[in-house]
Amino acid sequence: MATERGSTNLIKGATGDWEVIVGLEVHAQVTSRSKLFSGASTAFGGEPNAHVSLVDAAMPGMLPVINGECVAQAVRTGLGLKARINLRSTFDRKNYFYPDLPQGYQISQYKSPIVGEGEIHVDLTPDHSIRVGIERLHLEQDAGKSLHDQSPTMSFVDLNRSGVGLMEIVSKPDMRSAEEAKAYVGKLRTILRYIGSSDGDMEKGNLRADVNVSVRRPGDALGTRCEIKNVNSIRFIGQAIEVEARRQIAVIEDGGKIDQETRLFDPARGETRSMRSKEEAHDYRYFPDPDLLPLELDEAFVASLAAGLPELPDAKRARFMADYGLSAYDASILVAERETADFFESALRHGHGKRDPKAVANWLMGDVAAQANAQGVSPADAGLSPAALASVVDLIGEGVISGKIAKDLLATLFAEDRGADPRALVEARGLRQVTDAGAIDSAVDAVIAANPDKAEQARTKPGMLGWFVGQVMKSTGGKANPQAVSEALKKRLGV
Amino acid sequence: MTDLTSLTLAEARDRLKSRAVSSLEISKAHLEAIERAKMLNAFVAMTADKALEMAEASDVRLARGEGGPLEGLPIGVKDLYATRGVHTQACSHILDDFKPPYESTVTANLWRDGAVMLGKLNMDEFAMGSSNETSCYGPVASPWLPPNWSRDRARAALSSGKRGLLTPGGSSGGSASAVAARLCLAATASDTGGSIRQPAAFTGIVGIKPTYGRCSRYGMVAFASSLDQAGPLARTVRDAAIMLRSMAGPDAKDSTCSPAPVPDYEAAVGRSVKGMKIGVPKEYRLEGMNSEIEALWTRGAEWLRAAGASVVEVSLPHTPYALPAYYIVAPAEASSNLARYDGVRYGLREPAADIVELYEKTRAKGFGAEVRRRLMIGTYVLSAGYYDAYYVRAQKIRTLIKRDFERAFADGVDAILTPATPSAAFGIGEKGSENPVEMYLNDVFTVTVNMAGLPGLVAPAGLSSEGLPLGLQLIGRPFDEETLFALGETIEQSAGRTALPEPWWE
Repeated sequence: MATERGSTNLIKGATGDWEVIVGLEVHAQVTSRSKLFSGASTAFGGEPNAHVSLVDAAMPGMLPVINGECVAQAVRTGLGLKARINLRSTFDRKNYFYPDLPQGYQISQYKSPIVGEGEIHVDLTPDHSIRVGIERLHLEQDAGKSLHDQSPTMSFVDLNRSGVGLMEIVSKPDMRSAEEAKAYVGKLRTILRYIGSSDGDMEKGNLRADVNVSVRRPGDALGTRCEIKNVNSIRFIGQAIEVEARRQIAVIEDGGKIDQETRLFDPARGETRSMRSKEEAHDYRYFPDPDLLPLELDEAFVASLAAGLPELPDAKRARFMADYGLSAYDASILVAERETADFFESALRHGHGKRDPKAVANWLMGDVAAQANAQGVSPADAGLSPAALASVVDLIGEGVISGKIAKDLLATLFAEDRGADPRALVEARGLRQVTDAGAIDSAVDAVIAANPDKAEQARTKPGMLGWFVGQVMKSTGGKANPQAVSEALKKRLGV
Repeated sequence: MTDLTSLTLAEARDRLKSRAVSSLEISKAHLEAIERAKMLNAFVAMTADKALEMAEASDVRLARGEGGPLEGLPIGVKDLYATRGVHTQACSHILDDFKPPYESTVTANLWRDGAVMLGKLNMDEFAMGSSNETSCYGPVASPWLPPNWSRDRARAALSSGKRGLLTPGGSSGGSASAVAARLCLAATASDTGGSIRQPAAFTGIVGIKPTYGRCSRYGMVAFASSLDQAGPLARTVRDAAIMLRSMAGPDAKDSTCSPAPVPDYEAAVGRSVKGMKIGVPKEYRLEGMNSEIEALWTRGAEWLRAAGASVVEVSLPHTPYALPAYYIVAPAEASSNLARYDGVRYGLREPAADIVELYEKTRAKGFGAEVRRRLMIGTYVLSAGYYDAYYVRAQKIRTLIKRDFERAFADGVDAILTPATPSAAFGIGEKGSENPVEMYLNDVFTVTVNMAGLPGLVAPAGLSSEGLPLGLQLIGRPFDEETLFALGETIEQSAGRTALPEPWWE
């Protein structure tokens, strides 16, 4: 796997080439039943203010108490990012006034985060990956939500999210294009989902990113960066980087300079807009939260979490290639979702477990994935069991059904025959392919007899053979073994 | 009925247990005393119905020979403690009409042990003050008459702004005044820089600020989280020990609360102090010190020596920096802790056109001048560019102060004896109107203890030449409140029980 970059990432400006530098701060909601510092539920989609404890509403005298599960999730994630776990970390208060921030401060980890430097290998193509450094990961509280559209004169506040645990994962400025940034977020999301520390569900706002973008002439020192706040889909992250880089290049090429500022991406208009300049930046008056003791972990706790980690995507991909002889491309696709990889291995190992990994992979990535896609779910959730896929692959391998029949069979297994046993279905429907030479010969004879002109042509033009195979298959309802039909035709036509 | 309110908490407990008196009788006697003392302004809310209900329930339990350590004993609660469904405002307008749907751990512990709630006690707004003059309910008068004041003059002053009457100190001024005036058997208080100990000294009663983490802060309206600590005010060392035992204890809802079990503090009262080593810190001998205070301090050391303790001079070299450092750390934390009072969810809300105006108007109207001053100081010292110069340096000083004490205790000192206050009680309206620092200087002997997180007990040690109470402070090792109760009892016994003032206000 190459890790060096080509010059293909450069952006052509009016005055020459530019390099774009990207760093990301990803906010991922921690998967936990209750909030970071209170016992209120983290469930999504409740009635406004249905999941709010006295602590979340910042009632007088209420105190935060750290949720151990959130700590464990942050450590697991750190381990998955091959990062240093800080056995001592502290919580700070980030002070600012906003109606959806009831305490008047966010509890975060400013000075001493729970996780230090790590890295992610990001696959750009099956055989080209880059290494993106992780600066840190820290735990912090999410804010509530202000609702401005409920009344013409008032704003409403929903505190259901207030206090939900977030992991802020800060990358180094190691990405050089929108594509790299998108691939990074995709890979990070995959790792989080493998570990189970965040569902990475961007539609629910469970994964958002602040995108730092700057441009420079290749080889120059880093330029001034702008931060694009709160971008909530991988596609928008890519678009925001593209338009922001082009904006910065245009400004510089026009003789201007970039001001360090916070910007917002407007997907509808395809532009970024200034939100506040450096001068207008808040003074958050960080200081250690006196309500919380330093978070101290022991080695044994970290070791037990490390021991409980699942196999992560890079390791799984390498194993799939080594053990199953899959290509880098196939292995990458299969490991992108842990459930898909598990589905693959379950199907492969089902029963006797002697089936061709490549065949299982192809059917899974092909017809099964297509069916799942149509349903808008992942292959593992599309309604087909690994055992059923194993049966279908076996039926093909045994020559009981053809690939063509298998396609039809799978289609019905996703629809009216959901949950049925494929082998029983083949028998019940009479889908078993015809391999009986006599039956095939008579079908072949019938087609030749019905098309004497074409038969004549075919004797001189072997290309016509395909048409005859098709006709025979049609007349046998697709059940004839295409290989056997082809052989019989060749014999009869003498080609 | 006066005799029922003059009982100590321990005496009342014993009479209740022997069924010589009922909780209803004792509670009613106190409710009546509170009614007659309205002009002192010690109580900001009475919970008479609740008190009678609790007293009746206590009597039922007592009749069955059951009941907790405080069964049937009527007490007052500082307005800082959240009490379910009951007035809880930390004496600030910003919490107008606030009645929490929850109970603080400290008060819950008291009710668990059978105590009866009489009402909520006046205090400096958000506990910021040393004279109870910053309360939105106005100042509290001490039951002690100013020197050479006639009963009539004092009564007249009570009904005309209280100017010239003595302050009970602060911030737990309502608690101190109520306990000294025998309106309750004891009261909860809280101490961030001296708010239990200074009022105890000013009103001739006993107060203890236990070790940081000994009492849960859950449900206490926060002032400065790393310094705030609950504690009792009572009329005797034994009563304070009984109260603290019930108030203290582990609490999973406060991460800074100690998991250590609570010892039987009362058992330490009367324990011999023979062989104990008492440190007298030379840095507390301030230049221009009130000679009466100095003499009192020397007398206190002699009493302890007479009881078999040895007295040695110790050095706490960073003492002079404690007060300025305290007035950085405490406002810094307060500026953040009080950000939640924004008019959005509870308490006062001033009408406004937009959210920024809502914040500004609500907070300008809801907070008094002293609170606003401290919020501005706190915001300033945490600001970018000033943080290192103020907050970080103050925290370093705090570490050095802590180390001073650790060194003294490592040298074998069991407790440290100091004056409680630089002077006896001063008059309402007398201090701090020109220069707030004049008021802050009241905390000079007490803030070090909060900065170091140590326990500090103040016991009455006699009267000034003008007849006003003076107190001595004992500072102990972390979680060694027992030694302080033993030593405090020795001082109390040696000084002789000071007669509390007759109820001239009635």
